[in-house]
Amino acid sequence: MDQKEWPLWEVFIRSRNGLDHKHCGSVHATDARMALQAARNVFTRRQEGVSIWVVRGDHIVASDPDAKPEMFDPMEDKIYRHPTFYKLPDEVDYM
Amino acid sequence: MTYFTLNAGAMTPHLEYRLRIADNALILGQRLSEWCGHAPVLEEDLALANIALDLIGQARLLLTHVGVLENKGRDEDQLAFLRNEHEYRNVTLVELPNGDFAATVLRNFLFSAFQTQLWQALQMSTDTELAAIAAKSLKEARYHQRHSGEWVIRLGDGTQESHTRSQAALDRLWPYTAELFSESPVDDAAARDGLGPAWISLQPAWSQAVLPVLEEATLKIPVPSPFRSRGKFGVHSEHFGHLLTEMQYLQRAYPGGTW
Repeated sequence: MDQKEWPLWEVFIRSRNGLDHKHCGSVHATDARMALQAARNVFTRRQEGVSIWVVRGDHIVASDPDAKPEMFDPMEDKIYRHPTFYKLPDEVDYM
Repeated sequence: MTYFTLNAGAMTPHLEYRLRIADNALILGQRLSEWCGHAPVLEEDLALANIALDLIGQARLLLTHVGVLENKGRDEDQLAFLRNEHEYRNVTLVELPNGDFAATVLRNFLFSAFQTQLWQALQMSTDTELAAIAAKSLKEARYHQRHSGEWVIRLGDGTQESHTRSQAALDRLWPYTAELFSESPVDDAAARDGLGPAWISLQPAWSQAVLPVLEEATLKIPVPSPFRSRGKFGVHSEHFGHLLTEMQYLQRAYPGGTW
């Protein structure tokens, strides 16, 4: 390995079957298999999960925090996109 | 408080057989716990501590079981902390000082590959308690083997530095693996009565698990040596007394202490 620093891996854990994998933190590891092991050792010591995903941090494409105004602010005044204006039939409970 | 004489450790062959398994787990667990707070990265610090806790958990179950069968009123703490050197039955391999990280993961690999085979066979033990402990511990040993095996490959087939250290560790540790498979009357009795396998019968499967990984790690198997360590017969290395001094301190200083 030519790198001095191990790459960072983002860890996603599914706590129960049927639920989504949720981001829970990150680990340093030399490669994918070691990252899975590290994630297991660091994040599932107390039965937190039944499945683990690891993704190399630099493979995640993230939105630019500086672009927040154009990315997210335009949605602020478009409350009609929330389904609160529709009258629900009585049979559809708890939507 | 009760004092035990030097001969208090004398046990029947069947108890000795269980005690060897218990002490292997106890002593390697103690050694691995020395890494706590000192491992090269946080992830491995937790990994080694997890493994140490698995092993100490196995030891607790087994020692409790031995204490009950022995029927002399000794519980897990008394068996773990109040025996003298020659009354411990762990193989010498697990009591050797940790050495560097390469040596630590290599020993974990050599030992957990053995433990995996042993637990697997012990699931069929006529001692149902032992069989139940084996079923639980097998999963742990399999993980230990995987964790350490991955490291052995990466360090052996890594940089010049990591390869040199791994090879040095293998040269030092390999001769001690022979003891795992050396014959003993205790094993003969256990195998005869269905308590568990004679450890020598596990050697082919162990080699099959270990050799391909060492090969992938580009490590050279040392030439066979006539040296046989004898820890499982109660004859330990000079390092063992020092380990016990630290491990037993609390129980000897505060007998019966609980927390």
